[in-house]
Amino acid sequence: MKARGKVFKYGDNIDTDVIIPARYLNQTDPKVLAKHCMEDIDPTFSHKVKPGDIIVANRNFGCGSSREHAPIAIMASGISCVIASSFARIFYRNAINIGLSIFECEDAAKNIAQGDEVEADFGSGHIRNLSRNREYQSQPFPEFMMEIIKAGGLINYVKKDLTETTKELRR
Amino acid sequence: MAMTMSQKILAAHTGLKSVEPGQLVQAEIDLVLGNDITSPLAIQEFSRIGVDSVFDCGKVVIVQDHFTPNKDIDAAEQCKMVREFAREKGIHNFFDVGEMGIEHVLIPEKGLVVPGDVVVGADSHTCTYGALGAFSTGVGSTDMAAVMATGKCWFKVPGALKFILKGKPRRFVTGKDIILHIIGEIGVEGAQYKSMEFEGDGLEFLSMDSRFTIANMGIEAGGKNCIFPVDEKTVEYVKSHSSRAYKTYEPDDDAEYEKTYEMDLSSIPLTVSFPHSPGNSRSINDVGSVMLDQVVIGSCTNGRMEDLRMAAHLMKGNIVAKDVRVIIIPGTQEIYLQALEEGLIKTFILAGAVVSTPTCGPCLGGHMGVLAKGERAISTTNRNFVGRMGHPESEVYLASPAVAAASAITGRISNPEEIRGDT
Repeated sequence: MKARGKVFKYGDNIDTDVIIPARYLNQTDPKVLAKHCMEDIDPTFSHKVKPGDIIVANRNFGCGSSREHAPIAIMASGISCVIASSFARIFYRNAINIGLSIFECEDAAKNIAQGDEVEADFGSGHIRNLSRNREYQSQPFPEFMMEIIKAGGLINYVKKDLTETTKELRR
Repeated sequence: MAMTMSQKILAAHTGLKSVEPGQLVQAEIDLVLGNDITSPLAIQEFSRIGVDSVFDCGKVVIVQDHFTPNKDIDAAEQCKMVREFAREKGIHNFFDVGEMGIEHVLIPEKGLVVPGDVVVGADSHTCTYGALGAFSTGVGSTDMAAVMATGKCWFKVPGALKFILKGKPRRFVTGKDIILHIIGEIGVEGAQYKSMEFEGDGLEFLSMDSRFTIANMGIEAGGKNCIFPVDEKTVEYVKSHSSRAYKTYEPDDDAEYEKTYEMDLSSIPLTVSFPHSPGNSRSINDVGSVMLDQVVIGSCTNGRMEDLRMAAHLMKGNIVAKDVRVIIIPGTQEIYLQALEEGLIKTFILAGAVVSTPTCGPCLGGHMGVLAKGERAISTTNRNFVGRMGHPESEVYLASPAVAAASAITGRISNPEEIRGDT
């Protein structure tokens, strides 16, 4: 699972209200949500973003509301992964649960700039800044979370788990 | 191993003798909830799992509170979808217009949470129920779907921060000032991934309504959950709202806390958080002259009886400032009715405020008080992020009902002492 793209760089405490304003929460269509992603702090984001591009931010990315529309809007924009110094916990859960790749890495977040070309490997947690020829290593995920990620998100994981339980019960 | 209150509750719900911070566990869930914004996604995800029914019809709660009464056609379609799901799955605790209230005010009122429960909700302010001595935390829609199917949820056991509250709060100072002050002190990431555990002799001066307000805003410090010990006030509240059996947990004497904060409630001032962060808090004395276009009193943070009584106390016999729109939103139908019987609604209307049916509405810029470009509001809600109440160039100042009501009368952010300094 390798991502490669140009970086959109943001600061601290990017909250889910600016990732997707609540006025658009009267719908769930990822394409519609993507059109409004980041619009209150970066009105040109949805026009500029290209498939594979990467969001890099500082601390507490995704704080505030639990709205899963936020990681959905980011994913549907074509963003391949989000790299941040730290994530707010509900956003962190939601990203893992829906299969949006995230990297927690202060070194990368501090040293990657707007417009840099970056490559990130979800399996190894390795991040390469191709524009500056620098490398960074993100925090590894615990094994249990890797299981969810490998299954393609929480729903597939639960499905698998339920099927196995049913099989056991029938034995 | 010694455990905190939150850790003990989690251990009891995982079948483990003890748990420790950082450990990943699957816990049995006593209650899972969603609203009209988060449930539609959860229902879509639930249908992908391929089970016919929810794990327990009595343990799923859905409240249509955010964009209701339906603000537009899209919101109406979402509510319709949620309504049909609730009907089809036989969800007992489905609350729609007429009996709904703002979820975190309604659910304790209906007695659906008791001490010792583990509660998850697809709404970040689910941490509110920690006021009742429950472990309660916000999750996303996919988590809600998985819990509806399995009755279980995964957690990373949180480390803890201890807050020792001492002394008696000053006049007009309530839970809102205390939590805004705490967030200002520790920062919006100060409790990231942690449980915020409260204790101290100051708790006896905090009503249940004030405790709900404090627990409600733990998420604004990044907290996973907030939790209060179960005392006489909690027991009285629980017994008068629920007939369910409950279990109380106390932290071990040698439980570990990553940090301990001691706060003297008598030194906490009336507090206002400036745009665009709940952590940007200041004493009322350092506010300066901030003119207002709108005042909102309500929400899951401050839409309870104590809040409305305080607002009415300040507004009685006064008229709201010219050119200021004042919107008051009781948290539930029961609170609305009680306020009506106590004459509070009449006070508000005579003062020139409007009173709305319960809804989250303006808090998240949904409806019932959206701000235009350049407009400024003081609000008893919980977030003042960019664009939270409307236009990205509008501003929200967070404060208590006392400060908001005083400000409604003067038209600028004001100390309630200005209005009722004598009584």
